[in-house]
Amino acid sequence: MIRYLVRRLMFAVPTLIAISFAIFALLDLAPSDPTGQLPLTIPPEVRAQIRESLGLDEPFPVRYAKWMEQFFVNEPLNLVERAFDVEIGDSEGRTRVISYATRSPVVDIIAERMPQTLWVVGLSYVVGILIALPIGIVSAYRQYSWFDQVGTFVSMVGFSVPTFFTGLLAIILFSVMLGWLPSIYDTTHEVTDLASFWVQIKQILMPVLVLAFYNAAQLSRFMRASMLDNLNLDYVRTARAKGMRERAVLLVHVLRNSMIPVVTMIALGIPTIFGGAIITEQIFRVNGLGQLLIVAIQGADIPMVQTLTFLFAVLIVGFNLVADVLYGILDPRIRYE
Amino acid sequence: MAEIGHDAPLLEHRSLWMDVWLAFRNHTGALVGVGVFAFIVLAVFLGPLLHTVDPHYLDIGARNAGASWEHPLGTDNLGRDMLAQVLAGGRISLAVGFTAMVLALVLGTAIGVLAGYFKRVDGLLMRTTDLFLALPLLPLLLVIIMLFRDTLRTAFGPETGIFLLIVFVIGITSWMQTARIVRGEVLAIKEREFVTAARSVGTRERRIVVRHVLPNVLSPIMVSATLGIANAIITESALSFLGLGFPPDFPTWGRLLFDGANFISITPERVIWPGLAISLTVLSVNYIGDGLRDALDPRLRGT
Repeated sequence: MIRYLVRRLMFAVPTLIAISFAIFALLDLAPSDPTGQLPLTIPPEVRAQIRESLGLDEPFPVRYAKWMEQFFVNEPLNLVERAFDVEIGDSEGRTRVISYATRSPVVDIIAERMPQTLWVVGLSYVVGILIALPIGIVSAYRQYSWFDQVGTFVSMVGFSVPTFFTGLLAIILFSVMLGWLPSIYDTTHEVTDLASFWVQIKQILMPVLVLAFYNAAQLSRFMRASMLDNLNLDYVRTARAKGMRERAVLLVHVLRNSMIPVVTMIALGIPTIFGGAIITEQIFRVNGLGQLLIVAIQGADIPMVQTLTFLFAVLIVGFNLVADVLYGILDPRIRYE
Repeated sequence: MAEIGHDAPLLEHRSLWMDVWLAFRNHTGALVGVGVFAFIVLAVFLGPLLHTVDPHYLDIGARNAGASWEHPLGTDNLGRDMLAQVLAGGRISLAVGFTAMVLALVLGTAIGVLAGYFKRVDGLLMRTTDLFLALPLLPLLLVIIMLFRDTLRTAFGPETGIFLLIVFVIGITSWMQTARIVRGEVLAIKEREFVTAARSVGTRERRIVVRHVLPNVLSPIMVSATLGIANAIITESALSFLGLGFPPDFPTWGRLLFDGANFISITPERVIWPGLAISLTVLSVNYIGDGLRDALDPRLRGT
């Protein structure tokens, strides 16, 4: 297992380096000038000074190496320092990835925006899983019943209808017509007592449910297929022949074996929901990571875009690894040697 | 022989595609999907002949109007006819979906066949596929479009430029699944007897691939094609919905949603119609894909 893990890591690291190079090169070679949006009255020599202060006068390999150092060495060190309240080396002198737009460290802005995204996205994923698993189990157990038929149709609708339509529909219905829920997610809202907690529930309800519906649609089909693969196997018949109660057969024996691919699927899905959150945050005006990325792209804030995009890539590669390892832990039949 | 065929109709020659059609016909969802999809395609391409309003015409007197005989789906905040816009947007959305799907399919099939058939390039191509699968696609699409939009717009004109860019970026970021499936199929097929037989009579490699391998991987390719259209339409709408797709003068369904979202409390219809068009198209295409998968799988056929 350890050997396998090391081998996978040996592959993950070059992948990430290749991706980081691709992202950096793409943004760097693109015909866009960070001083292009400044007023035209700024004389060329000042413009050149601005470019110099942004570190743009250096050749491409040097800038790439600097960015790599800042992202992989300096920022993790800063995080460690802040987490354990210690000082490692020359912490003041370390250069950081600086946003063009705000002139403050990119990582600090990302850390500010992270909780909003994690709350909405994380909660919706959990809710989605909680909805999907029982539906998948019942659909498989009662295959071709009316419950299964309706479930199949609803999940087909669920992953065919994009979230930007279901989200807007929910806003039309619950905010515009009924006026029950706010259409904008207010991130400055603080929960202090029961009343403000209720406000928080109301504003988080729509974004979470819209994203949860989409996640649940795919997962419930997957759960159903996985259950069906197991339901007709010999060990199920044996368990029934021993006189086990149906509930125990289904929920202990079949479910546990069916969960193996589902759990890896859940791990694999986590990075993609961050991508989906870009759209959900735009619908409900949540100022999380997705919204940060959109604003940075529109403002040609290249360091911010590079860091955020690369962070998404790290999530994908990381959770791929987690899924593989989970699969090995959960299924003893898988041997990696 | 013809008499035997006449006497015993059961022995009549049935082609593979006849079998597939017979199985497909039994899949109610797929049939409804074909109907709905055909209706949308017809409406989008022939609709302007019946509904002759120019989607760009500003009817200032009838701004934010509801449904009427003149404007069956109402108008937007500038008095443009919504039905005409939805039809015009559908033409672009479907064209993007179809072209991007073809590009992804050609790329995916080529890479899949090469990787599966020629062992020398397998490792390299599959690592490339893995690399592409690890890319954060939506952020990257947004970045690429933002960076190259203006260059292409000046080179090819506002509509063609952005069309080419969007089709290209969607195409080169959605071939990976097809490549993996095709590679798997090719790996199995190239060990079969008929390929060995073809090789034994001196058939050239290229001819084996085109004549013997490709026709046998057609089924997974066709299923990928339907899913590819659905995926491309959703991606294009998502990009437009984020304001980074087509410009407002060329309203695709996603762009109409994006523009309509700001007027959601005045004219909610502006969101509902284009959204419904996207959803119905994707839903029908997904059902067609479902039916095709069942019909093309010989293990399920005839049950």
